[in-house]
Amino acid sequence: MSAEMYHTHISSKHNWFDLNLKEVWRYRDLIVLFTKRNFVLTYKQTILGPAWIFLNPFMTSIIYTFVFGGIAGMSTDGVPQILFYLCSNAIWMFFSSCVTKNASTFTSNAGVFGKVYFPRLTTPISNVLSSVIQFVVQMILVGVFLAYYVIAGEVTPNWGAWLLIPLVLVHLGVMGLGFGIIISSMTTKYRDLAILVNFGVQLWMYATPIVYPLSQLGDGLMKTILLINPVTAPVEIFRYAVLGQGTIVPAYLLLSWAITLLVALFGVMLFNHVEKTFMDTV
Amino acid sequence: MNNENREVAIRLSGVKKMYKLGQIGGGTLQGDLQSWWARIRGKEDPNTKIGTDQRLVGQTFMALNGVDLTVYKGEALGIIGGNGAGKSTMLKLLSRVTAPTDGEIDIYGRIASMLEVGTGFNGEMTGRENVYLNGAILGMTKAEIDAKMEQIIEFSEVRDFIDTPVKRYSSGMYVKLAFSVAAHLDSEIMIMDEVLAVGDMAFQKKCLDKMRDAAKKEGRTVLYVSHNMNTIRQLCDRCVVLDKGKVAFEGDVEEAIGVYLGTKNSNKPVIDLNAQEREKWFTKCPARMMQLIVDNDQGVYVMNSCIKAHLSVESSVNVDDAILGVFLVHQGIAVTCSKSPSVIRLRKNETVDFSFMIDLERLAPGNYTVKLVLSRQNELGGAEYLDVVMDGYMFEIVQPEGYMNNMKWNIRNHGYLTGREIEIIQN
Repeated sequence: MSAEMYHTHISSKHNWFDLNLKEVWRYRDLIVLFTKRNFVLTYKQTILGPAWIFLNPFMTSIIYTFVFGGIAGMSTDGVPQILFYLCSNAIWMFFSSCVTKNASTFTSNAGVFGKVYFPRLTTPISNVLSSVIQFVVQMILVGVFLAYYVIAGEVTPNWGAWLLIPLVLVHLGVMGLGFGIIISSMTTKYRDLAILVNFGVQLWMYATPIVYPLSQLGDGLMKTILLINPVTAPVEIFRYAVLGQGTIVPAYLLLSWAITLLVALFGVMLFNHVEKTFMDTV
Repeated sequence: MNNENREVAIRLSGVKKMYKLGQIGGGTLQGDLQSWWARIRGKEDPNTKIGTDQRLVGQTFMALNGVDLTVYKGEALGIIGGNGAGKSTMLKLLSRVTAPTDGEIDIYGRIASMLEVGTGFNGEMTGRENVYLNGAILGMTKAEIDAKMEQIIEFSEVRDFIDTPVKRYSSGMYVKLAFSVAAHLDSEIMIMDEVLAVGDMAFQKKCLDKMRDAAKKEGRTVLYVSHNMNTIRQLCDRCVVLDKGKVAFEGDVEEAIGVYLGTKNSNKPVIDLNAQEREKWFTKCPARMMQLIVDNDQGVYVMNSCIKAHLSVESSVNVDDAILGVFLVHQGIAVTCSKSPSVIRLRKNETVDFSFMIDLERLAPGNYTVKLVLSRQNELGGAEYLDVVMDGYMFEIVQPEGYMNNMKWNIRNHGYLTGREIEIIQN
């Protein structure tokens, strides 16, 4: 009978390698609805509505142009500054929102999680998907500026490499999700780490070639650290595609993927372990 | 019925659930580190307490302490028990909100657990959007919700407002919509808390009917938790009594209700008042109430009856004019207070026994605690306390069958005292 189909066994013993992904797939409609909710809710009851998705990065990019380009006089590899920062912003905001939104998965959803069961992993996945939507919308803004500068002949994107952008998103999305859920799993009992997240992510941005191109660094220790940073490789691929400027080192790209997969696997394992009883300690 | 051949819906074996007491902070981190370090070295955890058959062990509390239970397919099982008996914990485990500390649970079928209605409802979203989201949270696919949308809206009685953000709803409309979603789930097992009977009287009846249909007509398995014995009687064909984290009784509904009303509070006719801790502010205790014996003790009294009791008092001083005060307290609020004229004579180092009656006339149905105060008047005319017992005796008042058309008395709405029934004289 159908009841047999849905046999659930609950035990006090936990199997670390049971990732429970099949169940997540069964709840795929929920992921879509969560994503829609995240997107719709942010801009409900605002006059400008989704225009804020444009305005926010636009203003940040202008500030970057002014501070890093104007006052600090940092190089942008010959790319028009505003375009360079818009582009960097889009990709970094995608990654950082994946981390920060997921870092509070347990604490901010405790109300719902405490009342009804559904695979908890749906929440972080939908967070990543809403970040993707936000990224796509931002890319429209980037596209407008890009079109202008391409016509003006100031940048030459590698159009073929645009096919790699979805892969870059998967790469950064999975990595952000991994780091995010690890932090959220570790902060259900002791909240200290959660306070550090925003600060840490900001610091991480400066350790990633976001407000400056990788090519600006000499062959020192600094550059090695930057290359080991798993975010660097996908960011540079993205820049190579969109701006035609970027330093891609295959060995470090592979390292980045290895780190990403490890972090994601460990993250999901830890997440599934914590989700069972986190309601008792949150 | 022969249980051997019946299909099992839920089976719990040796289920325990432990909770840690106190706050989480630096102190718990130290304990965690100690346990972790001991585990690494393969030593015994210094924070494990021995003898976990007790309920309260050190800093931990066993909310469920070894529950074995089998629920068969298609039955409506009632779960009753006093506050803190472990009902909610059991529901939480079954709905997978938290995991057991020990033991195994097998569930055959999808569970629709409704511990709270409207989980995940978002005020900013419209009724329709919330139905989709809430339905998906409860495990339905979008196609299933589409198919049931019309039924859900119809049942909820809020059709006109379905495209308005739910933050504009009245609280009644909100729960009605939420309940409708939960009630239309496709599931083999339904877990329900009594709070689910929501909204106005008509809607409450609709909810209960819906649950009954689920059990009787659709052949679903229903687990129903309630304090309301009448709905348990109407809905369930078998009943489980939980007491102190264990199954105290399992079987026939009427018997179970009997057991429940019996285990409730102190059914011992002799109540040891001496063992009760006195209030902190009450430092000097010149006399001490030792024990209370309730003659006609049932824990439950019909309205307008009375409690007959004996009290014995030990004293370390001579008092000629002691007064006994009896407060009937409902949820911390004194409802009535009665005092004796000064008749009790206490002698130094002697035990005095006396009998008294507590009149329950016109006291509304509900749970009450008897607070006993022994005092005397001092020179200034004020009261000088000799002894105070906060929870002397606990009892419940129930209304007789047919009283005021079987209205469900709610102290908050209807008051602590019942009025007389109204006689209608029609011309």
